[in-house]
Parts: sequence; C-alpha cells; structure tokens
Amino acid sequence: MNELIHKKDNKTELVAQDQLRQYLTFQAGNENLAISILDVKEIIEINTITDVPMTPDYIRGVINLRGNVVPVIDLSARLGRTRSEITKRSCIVLVQVEYNDDDAQLLGMLVDAVDEILEIPEVNIMPPPDFGADIRTDFIQSMGRVGDEFIILLNINRVLSIKELSQLKQVADYESGNVNKEASFAALN
Amino acid sequence: MSDMNPALETFSQEVDELLTAMEEALLGLDGTPDNADSINSIFRAMHTIKGSSGLFGFDDIVAFTHEAETVLDRVRNGERSIDAELVSVLLTCKDHTAHLIQHFLYHENEPLPEALQQQSQALIAQLVGQSAAVAGGMPSTQEEKADHFEVDVNTTDSSDNWVISLAFKQDALRNGMDPLSFIRYLQTLGKIIEVIITMPTLPRIEDMDPEDCYLNFKIVFNSNADKKTIEDVFEFAEDDCDIHILPPNSRQEHYLQLLADMQEDQVKRLGEMLIEIGALTEKEVANILHEQHNDNEEEAKPIGEMLLEKNILQQPVIEQALKKQESVKQKINKESNYIRVDAAKLGYLINLVGELVISGAAMRLMVDKHGLSDVDDVASTMSHLVEDIRDTALQLRMVQIGETFTRFQRVVHDVSKELGKQIQLQITGGESELDKTVVEKINDPLTHLVRNSLDHGIETPAERMRAGKPEKGTIQLNAYHDSGRIVIQITDDGKGLDPDKIVAKAVAKGLIKQDQVLSKSEIYNLIFEPGLSTKEEASNLSGRGVGMDVVRRNIEALRGSVSVDSELGLGTTVTIHLPLTLAIIDGFMVEAQKERYIIPLSMVEECVEMSSDEWQIDDVQHYVNLRGQVLPYLRLGDFFHKNKKHTRTQRESLVVVRFGEAKAGFVVDELHGENQTVIKPLGKLFENLDGIGGATVLGSGDVALILDVQGLIQHAKKRVNSTLALSLAV
Repeated sequence: MNELIHKKDNKTELVAQDQLRQYLTFQAGNENLAISILDVKEIIEINTITDVPMTPDYIRGVINLRGNVVPVIDLSARLGRTRSEITKRSCIVLVQVEYNDDDAQLLGMLVDAVDEILEIPEVNIMPPPDFGADIRTDFIQSMGRVGDEFIILLNINRVLSIKELSQLKQVADYESGNVNKEASFAALN
Repeated sequence: MSDMNPALETFSQEVDELLTAMEEALLGLDGTPDNADSINSIFRAMHTIKGSSGLFGFDDIVAFTHEAETVLDRVRNGERSIDAELVSVLLTCKDHTAHLIQHFLYHENEPLPEALQQQSQALIAQLVGQSAAVAGGMPSTQEEKADHFEVDVNTTDSSDNWVISLAFKQDALRNGMDPLSFIRYLQTLGKIIEVIITMPTLPRIEDMDPEDCYLNFKIVFNSNADKKTIEDVFEFAEDDCDIHILPPNSRQEHYLQLLADMQEDQVKRLGEMLIEIGALTEKEVANILHEQHNDNEEEAKPIGEMLLEKNILQQPVIEQALKKQESVKQKINKESNYIRVDAAKLGYLINLVGELVISGAAMRLMVDKHGLSDVDDVASTMSHLVEDIRDTALQLRMVQIGETFTRFQRVVHDVSKELGKQIQLQITGGESELDKTVVEKINDPLTHLVRNSLDHGIETPAERMRAGKPEKGTIQLNAYHDSGRIVIQITDDGKGLDPDKIVAKAVAKGLIKQDQVLSKSEIYNLIFEPGLSTKEEASNLSGRGVGMDVVRRNIEALRGSVSVDSELGLGTTVTIHLPLTLAIIDGFMVEAQKERYIIPLSMVEECVEMSSDEWQIDDVQHYVNLRGQVLPYLRLGDFFHKNKKHTRTQRESLVVVRFGEAKAGFVVDELHGENQTVIKPLGKLFENLDGIGGATVLGSGDVALILDVQGLIQHAKKRVNSTLALSLAV
C-alpha cells in the first residue's frame, strides 16, 4: 500500500515538473508575454464587462463568472501602456492571485489574444535584464528563449498584486489620466 | 488556523462555551452567592477544561485548572464561602485560562512564555492563599487517633453515620487477616460510634476451631470520607470478607444533589451514574452485575432492586438516579434535534439560493420576453417556491441576540467597579433573531454605547441619592422585531442629555449656527456628529468625541440607523434599527449612461421627473429646489465617467435618497424599479473604493453595482472641496 502511494507521488511530481516548464503565451499591448501554466485557472471569451467607476485605468471592470463577481484587470494598461481595444480575439485569462499568505483572489486578466502553450526547457530560461524591457523589472520573473526570440515570463503575483492594485485611493485622481506611471512610481518607492 | 486539527477545533469550541458559561455563572454569583447551580457550572468548566487539556497533553493548563478546581471544589462542598474578591480572582483565572489555551492552540509545541507562567503562579498563589486563610480557621476533621475503641453511648442516632457490615469468612484468620487491624485503621478516617458484633455462625463449643473466625461486625462510623476511601480500608480483606457499606442519610442528600447536578450530556447506565456520584464503588457494581448475571434469566432483577435488597444504598438515591436517567434520555432525544453545521457550508447554501433567485429572475425575463402565457403559471409557482426557499435559507443563519447581550454583564460588572458606581444590567428580548454576520458586526458599536451609558449616563451613588433615585443604576438592553427589521435599544436611568449643553458645544464646534432652530430630536442626534462630546474631560472609557460618529458609521454600514432620545435627569435611550440580513436586500435599479446601478430601497425616498425647463438646470448649478428645500444632486453618469462625452436623454429622473437625516438626489437616465438584490462581495481589490458597496448579478447575467449612498456623497463632498481648493490656489 505504502509503495503504491509512493509511486503515485512520484508520478504527480513528474507531471508537476512537466507543467513547471509549460507556459501560456499571449499578446497584450503588441508584446508577446507568457505566464506559467500553473497560474492559469481558465480562459474565457469576453461577454460584458461592467465598468467600475472611480477606479484607475487598469481596472477594466467586473464580470459574472458563473454567479461570482470577478474583477478584470487590463494587462496592457497595468504594464503602463494604453488600454486594450476589445477585438474578436480578446480573451480573459483567469488567474488565482495570493495575498496575505493564505487567501487567494480570482482575477481576470484582459489580453489581446491567447497564442499557445509552450514548453520551455530549463536551460532556455534566463534571468531578467536589469533594464531595457520597458516593463517594471519586478514584474518579470525571467526571460524564456523560444527559437531566436525572447519572451517575457511574467511574475503574476507581482503584476496582479492585490495589495498594490487595491491602493485605489492613491490613484483616485484617475481623471488626470496619467495614473499608471504615478502608480508604478509609487509602488517603486 | 486552517490546518488546525479537528479535535483541537472541537476542543477550542468547547472551551469557549465553557468559559462563557463560567463567566456568566460568576457574574450571576454577584447577586446570589449561594447559588449551587452557578457554583457547579463554574466548577464544571474548570473540571472539564482540565480533563480535555489532559487529553491533548497541555500540562500547564492542567496544572493551572487543577488549582482552580480544588478551590472550587471546596466552595462546592461548603468549606469556603464565595465572596466578591474570590469572584474577581476567578474571573481573572477564566481570562488566564483562555490565554493559556490560545497559546497552546496556536503554538502547540512551544513552551509556555515566561509572562504566562508567572501569571499562572501569581493566580494560583492568590487562589491558594485565599483558601489557606480560610482553611486555617477550620477545625481539623481528623480526630486524634485513639488507642482503644471508644463507644460513644450518647450518640444513639445513627442516621448521620455510615453503617459498615463486615462478615468475615471462616478462613480469614488463617489467611493472616486481623479484623481488629482494619477497624483500627478505619479510625484514621473518622470516628467509630458503635461496633456491634454478631456471631450468626458460631457452632457449639466442641465443634469450634479456634483458628476460624466466627465474628461479624456492624460498625457505625462517622466520617467525611467518601465511600471509595472507606472501601479501600478493607481492600486487602475483600477476598475473606463480605463488605457492605451503607452511606449515612446525610450523604444521601449529598448524592441526591450530585445526581441533580450531573451533566446531562449522555445516557449512562444506573451503575455508572452511581459510581460517578460516589454512592457506589466500582467493586460493588461489579459484584452486583456478576450476581445478576449468575441468576436465572427469568429471575434476574433490575440492579436497583438488588441494591435495595442488599442494603447497599437507600431507596431515595436509587429512585432519584432512575429518574435522572429518564430525564437525560429525554433531553438527549430533544438535543439531537439540533445539528451543528459548518458556517461555510451554510454560506455556500445561501450563495446557491442567491443563484437560484437570480436564475428565477432570468426565467421570468424570458417568459415575459417570449410571451409564453402557458408557461407563466409554472413560472410564478416556481417564483413563489424560490422565495420560500430563500426565506428559509436565510432563517438558517439567524441566531439569537441574547448571547451578545449577556456578554455585557461582564463589561457592566468590570466598569461599574472601576468607576465606583452600582449598576445592574437588565436584558430583555434576547430571543430575537438576526443574521450571524450582523450580530458579529454590531458587537463593537453596542459595546461603545453601553460603555457610554456606564460612563456618562449613570451617576455615582451619591449623586443618585441626591436626585432621589435608587442608589443602583439600571441599564437595559432590549431587542425586538419591527416590520422586517430588528430594533435594539440601550436604555439607562442616568442623568440624561442636556440639550443646552449640546447646542452650545455644537455652536462652538461650528456644527450649527447660533440662531438655528432645532427640534429636540435633532439636537439629541447632534451627538452622532464627529467631534462632539459633552463630557468635559475624557476618561479612558469614552469622552473623546470620536465614538458616537463611529458608532453611527458602523451601524449605517450595516444599512441600519441609530437615533437617541433622552429626558434630562431621567435617562437616555439609544435605538438602533438593523436589517435582519446582509445577504439579500430590496434594491431599486436605475440606469445611467447604459450602466445599471442598484440603490438600496430603504434609502430611496421618492423619484421625481427631472424637467430641465421647470428647474432651469444648467451645468454649473448642482442643486434643485424640491418643494422649498435645497436638494444637492449628483449626475451619476457624469460623476462616474468624467472623461467620456455624454449624451443627455430627454427624460431624466431624480432619485431622492435619504441617509440619516440628510437628503440628496441622484440624476439618472432611467428607472427600472424594485428588485430582489443578492449581494455579491466585490472582494479585496475594491476594498478601498468609496461609494460602491457591492455588486449583484442581474437576470440577464450582467453585473450591476450596488451604490453605497453615504460613501458616494462623502466622496462627492471631498471632490468638490478639493476642486475648489485647487481653483483658489490657482
């Protein structure tokens, strides 16, 4: 019996290791990005997004996911670019983000298009560059080399940090329009 | 917490309940110090906690509770009287036990911190020190050991004594038993009143073997020892001797009392019950059972009868035990009608019911849209059922408010002592039910209000005497249901509020103008304004003027309201109105710029058509004249989406909302009417968002936001002020 359990453990470990190297690639703000497949709960197409007033640009609104109200973050806006236009290919990637150690919140991430699931071997994963990526460095977990190109692997718990996102007050002057940079500076300081 | 072992979780729950019961009982002792029920429940709490802690190996708790238990046992046996001092030491013990348990629950494997250990010792010293002082004065129960038997002929009344029958077998002497030594040893436990020797088996002198024992003893014995201890005296003799120990009649009452106090948590067998109270020893029961077993099946008698026959126990004790057994059986049956349910499961059920309500609304929508008249009947039956299910499901989460109320006994007890006032708390309507989440959230505001009454309301005994009032002040907590809401009242018979003082203070603070005419209730309700406290000096309880506005804000956050009424010199009444539940509200749906919003129906005063011709509205002015009153308003669409260019529809409506005493208007494009709104939390992300209270899913599947009217208005105020400040600066 013990042996059986052991075997099973080994197997799940193997699967986990396999998945560790799998990444979901997508586009947001004309950029190829990826997150670990383990972070992805679900990918859904866009129905209606209800706008939540008095929030920064990067909060796109809320959706009804089988009866639960789930916030949607505009990834492009969050990374400091303009808000995404919603097209036929736009998708919402649902991810679980941790906060306060134990609790987790389900969040939707609006992206322009979802591409594919890539397996990137360990050897092709590089540390992020110190600068030059035009994205806050703490957002980048690592760089993955796919063929001749590099793809940015996002650290989802930083990009969608509830603690940071919920600082609505600091950026309540969203009317000024230039919120994102301020927010990112505020976060950096 | 989440990985707490389920047994520990049960333990912690049980301990909570026990400690609460203990506190209640302790506070109850204030009035009636000899209340046996209270003392027993205090004892039981310590005793059970000791036992359960032992199971988990929390030795420090066991050690501590053991001391408390010992003291309590003495109290229970009437060896110690309970006074106010002991009550307050025990209250501290209760708190300390709770701390100890908290420590072990969360740091199971860590040793006890120094501070806690020291406190344990200090408390034990207090407990024991107190008890030693009393014990010193008590006469020692142990008599000087006498060299020879003294038969006290004056004590002919044997009713208060044990009767021990020893029937030695013939071989006893040969086996090295000396009856005399046992009897001598017995004297260490008490006083032998009388020894009667019988010789029923004595043969004729020529048949007699000098090495045989033919003597039977009947010993009348006076002792405070319990049956087990007495039986142990003859432990070595039991093979060579038939021992019967009949308890004294005074014991009988003691047994009856113990029987009455026995915990009614499970059905026990008669023998077990009698052992537990000490009326029988395990050996006796084992013997009886053995005998019963050996009897023929048809002739087997119930244990009770056998006990009587053998003269082991008096009849009343047995009868009482049987009665108790019956009542426990009944109680257990009754108790099994309740089920403990995980709150999370209930939450899930209520969520599902919420979904059902939403889908019901969606179905209704479809039926109406497609004009399916034959489906209509079925649909409306369904709707009714869904409504019933919703009401029943919400009912499940309802708890009585009584428990929250009784907690204040402690607050009143502690604070009145601290302030040197005499105050009693009266509780009525504790059986009124409301949602558990509301109960939890109302605790803080209630505490504040009660403390306010204690501190500012009730006067000192001297002042009260001068005012011709009874020395002891009274605070009343009352709850009742009124048209789908619960009303909680806190009443004191203290000095009341002084309207002139309040007005003076409010003028000084600039809250009202000097010549402003206010009604009495308007004046009283000024105390809920920020920064207004009529107490000249702040005490450590209240009086900094930050309390009442927080109280109001908390209550309004629960969609409730609070008001105050008072009579100078006679007392004050604070009345809180609360909704029964937070899960589903009656909402009023409006539309602005193609987005739908829900306003809690309870806040909507009226809806008026917004005719721009009549009111000559322009983009600058943001107030209207509503029947002679100034009514500020917000254009929801503009306010929420500043950056967009909006098209104005021809017919806008003005929704007049009221919060507390203030009114405001929202201008919207369309009114959609009332609907049942299932509140969905917006989650952590929007926690800092003012003005939006939650969300709901509409029948169409879309999400609509629920407006937090008060937060919204405050946000608007802030925005206006900061804009004006900016333009001034420029």
